[in-house]
Parts: sequence; C-alpha cells; structure tokens
Amino acid sequence: MALNIAVCVKPVPDSKHFDKITIDPVTKTWNRCGIPMVISDLDKHALEAALSLRDKFLGKVTVFTMAPETTKENLLEALGMGADEAFLLSDRAFAGADTLATSHTLAAAIKKTGPYDLVITGNESDDGSTGQVSAQIGEWLKLPHIMNVISLEYKDEVLHLNSITEDGSIGYELKLPAVIGVTRKVNKPRFINVMGMMKAKTKPLTILKAEDLPVDKDHIGLSGSPTQPGDIYSPQSGRKAEYLEGTPEEIAQRIVLELRKAGITL
Amino acid sequence: MNISEYKNILVYAEVKGDRIAENSLELIGEACRLKEHKGDDTKVYTAVLGNGTDRFIEQLYEHGADVVVSFNDEKLAQYRSDLYGEALTKLAEKYKPEIFLIGCTYQGAELAPTVAARLKTGLAAHCTELKFHSDGRFIQVVPAFGGKVLGDILTPAHRPQMATVKAGICVKQRFEGKKGSSESFSCDLSGFGDQIKVVSVVKEKAKGKPLHESECIIGGGFGVGSKENWAILEEFATIVNGATGCTRPALDEGWTTGEQTMIGTSGVAVRPKMYINVGISGAAHHTCGMKDAGFVISINKDANAEIFKYSDIKIVADWKTIIPLVIERLRK
Repeated sequence: MALNIAVCVKPVPDSKHFDKITIDPVTKTWNRCGIPMVISDLDKHALEAALSLRDKFLGKVTVFTMAPETTKENLLEALGMGADEAFLLSDRAFAGADTLATSHTLAAAIKKTGPYDLVITGNESDDGSTGQVSAQIGEWLKLPHIMNVISLEYKDEVLHLNSITEDGSIGYELKLPAVIGVTRKVNKPRFINVMGMMKAKTKPLTILKAEDLPVDKDHIGLSGSPTQPGDIYSPQSGRKAEYLEGTPEEIAQRIVLELRKAGITL
Repeated sequence: MNISEYKNILVYAEVKGDRIAENSLELIGEACRLKEHKGDDTKVYTAVLGNGTDRFIEQLYEHGADVVVSFNDEKLAQYRSDLYGEALTKLAEKYKPEIFLIGCTYQGAELAPTVAARLKTGLAAHCTELKFHSDGRFIQVVPAFGGKVLGDILTPAHRPQMATVKAGICVKQRFEGKKGSSESFSCDLSGFGDQIKVVSVVKEKAKGKPLHESECIIGGGFGVGSKENWAILEEFATIVNGATGCTRPALDEGWTTGEQTMIGTSGVAVRPKMYINVGISGAAHHTCGMKDAGFVISINKDANAEIFKYSDIKIVADWKTIIPLVIERLRK
C-alpha cells in the first residue's frame, strides 16, 4: 500500500547559536540577534522517516509548517530533501499560539488536505522543547498517537515501533492512520544535494490562511491559547566562582577537602 | 468554565514496575509545598492507575498525599497513551483540580499533552519552578532555547492548570505514619480497540548508580576527549560512591552510554551535594540541569567558559593534570 504521509516541521533559530539570544529588559521580549532559522533538528528526523517510507512503499510526503511567511526558505529545504508538497500556514490570526492552538491549526490543515495514513513530527522542537504538539495533533484528529519513537518499520499494513522509556523500551504495533513523534535515534537525516534544491523550486508550496482552513476561531492564535506568556528573564546563578590557583597537587588537595566538607562518603 | 469550581492539587503517580516513579514522589512533595503556601483548605490528591494499585496507597500517604484516587483495572496493567489518556482525563473531569502536576518522564511527557488536549486546557512543559504570585495567580516557569531564557506561563481562564516537571527539580518529602483517605475511580474503557498494541516491554539493567541517588556526580563534556579518558571519570565516580553524568556532545561521541545519564534540558535535572565537572563549556542546555547542585567545582581549560558562572570553585586547567591526583589521594 502506498503511504500518504504528513510531516510537521518547525523553523527555529539554529540551536548552535542559542547562546547569542538576549532579552530586551524593557520590552521583555527575546532577541534572536540574527541567528539563522533552520528546521528543528528532530523534525528532520521526522521528514527522513517519512521519505524512507515513501521511497520503499511509494506514496507522497507533504510537509506542514505554521510560521511567518519569511520561513518559506525552510520549506524549500524540506522540499529539497525530497518532500513532494508543502503547506505554510501563515496568518496574523495564528500568532502567539500555544501548543493547543498550534496543534489545532496544524490538525485543521492536515484534515483539509488529507486524508493521510500517517502523521510524523519530531518529538519536540529545539526552541520551546515542550514536546506537546505531536500528541495534541493526534487528539484533535482523534487518531491514536505514540511518542518517543526510536525505531519504526512498516509491515503488513501495520507500523511496528519501539518507543524509549527510562529503563528500556516498549514495542508497539500501531494501526494506521496514526500520529507519531520521533527521536533522533530513529534515523540519520539525508543531506540536500544541488539537484534536490533545484527540484524544490518546481514543487508545490501553498500558503494557507485561517479562512482557508476548518479552524475553530476559539482555538487559534494567542486568544485561543489557554496558556498566556508572562515575564521572561535570563536564568540567574547565585554562585561566585572562587578562582582556585596553585599547583596540581594543591588543587587536588583542595578538591579532596571540599569532598570531605560536603560529607561525601569516600 | 466556572474556574472557582476547581480546587485542590492533583498529582499523577506513575507506576514503574513495583514502585512509584521518583519523579511522581517529588511532585507530591512539591504539591505539599504549594498547599502550605496557599494556606487554605487545599488538599493534595494523587491519581494512581494500573492493576493492583492498592499496594501503593500507604507509600503515597507517607510522601504527602491527603487523598489517593486509584483506578484499578486489568486493562491498565500496561501503559498505553489512549487508555491512560482517557482514564486520567475522566478522573480530572470528576475531581476538578485547580492544579494538575505530571512528572516529565517519557510516559508523562506523552500523557500530559494528551490529557490537556482532551480537557482543552493549558499545559506548561518542563517547569523549572512553580509558584504563586502575590495576587494568588499560579505561575509556571518554563525554559526556552535550551534554558537560555526562562519565561512565566499563566493559565488565566482554564482549569486545571497543568504542568509537567522533570525528575530532580522538586524535592520529595516524607511524613512518617501519615494517613490519608483513599477512593476508587473507574470509567468506561471499552471504546478502545487494538489500534495501539503493546507487543514487548524491554527493561535494560541500569548500569552504575542512578544519578538521583548519587550524592556526588562527576560530569564530563566534549573536553573529556576520549573513551579512555572517560574511564578515568568512571573510576573517580566509583571512589566517591557516585556516578558520572554527561552532556549531549559526550553522549553523541559515544564515550558514555545511556541517555539517562545526560544532564540538562533534554536529559535529567540533578541536585547532588557535590557536582564536579570537567571539559564542560556550560551551554544553557546543560546548566539548567545542574544549577541546583549543592556545591559545584568546575575544571576547564578556557578561563571564560560559561560553566564558571554556575560554579563555586573555578579551576582553569587541563583536568587530566588534576583528577588523577585526586584519585590517587583518595585511594590512600
């Protein structure tokens, strides 16, 4: 059976540069400081999982993003990796959405353009890292969903998954349609080549607005979000690093002393 | 929604084999702290799901539960997001808690958004702090950008106010001999077929001492350099009856095994008495997982490493010139 797969990806500031992010003390907003936007790491694994399933069983991979129109480049990247079509959900009405509103909007686009056999997302995004959108898309679509996926195989029209736990893993058989959230263990994302990038520009990339989607106005954007952001700040450390100098012997001696002072069983 | 109908604090007590997850016990302790802070007639409820849940009731009282609600059903013997999601949603609908806390274990991280979506309420993920504003509003502090930024989250008009918290953030409490009351709960789970089928549960034997049981943790990052060097840290950890913890780069290099020893936003939070770390630059990803340690000694070649901002003692040196000497002294 050919598989029709939806993949949700999130453009985020490149996590390699998170240390450059600053907070404006007056407006209480964070400043991206020109950090480039990239597809969130785990979402590339989600896309790779979809592409390998399609390459093996045929079908189609459609990518969804809810973000400002400036992130078109990131969708071109997804198309360059091999996705067949992309939808960018972009509307001022979507701005400020929390995970419940975001998942509602993505689910509406999936419903509108589907049906899909499988929806794949990264387990969590690099920026907010809430890890909530995957399961909540499943809930809005009323589909079974499994997160923390470390391996998957499609056989006899059933998805065979392993999901990580603190002390091992759980093996599942999941009937489709369903939603899954994947971890970085699941695969190694492919690189984009020049050919892929050239092809990307010929693939359909559609912008969808609120009016194009079967969304419930009470569940989109900031006003449709149960959680509201308050103050933001940088984490503070109350520690005053004492600069310990001396010969290695002296330093080692001090470390032993501190271990004793802390009451560590030696 | 009439939010004044919502009272009390509910904690989901996750069953892990024959015990309750540490993370859940910590959250019951946190719920007690929040209750005390409120100073009204708020009670701490815990919900436990599974087959044979009665054996946990005493333990839950002793960790602070005023009321234990158990849902005892063969169908709940093994966790599944659909069944547990339904059970916990129906339970929350009945008990109408003002605050609902769930541990951010792999299971909790899947269950919490499921339940929040069904209840159409707000959920704050991986909270690093829970507190009340002076006007009584509940504030959930969440990290963003790997811990570089912290933000307050409020849920003004929806209830319950849900939050997940990682292991190691809150402190468990013990109330020797405390007795509470217990209630049983059930709801119809027959509508769930076999869309999700559990075919295997693999439990790997834990290697070394768990981080949350270690009074002293030896942390290593990319600066450790090799698997052979990592063995030195392991040796050090053994001598101090502790365990080694790592950063993402050290884990990715394969020097240490097990995601469960990674400290930070995508790993665990720890609060040992002593945290000695080497070769860790101190990205926010890591520091937000170790900032609650009792005493921190950091060794790094780079005098400007971020990690020193989170340290009590700063040592600018090659750790390999120091740690073997410490081991030698401790062996004597």
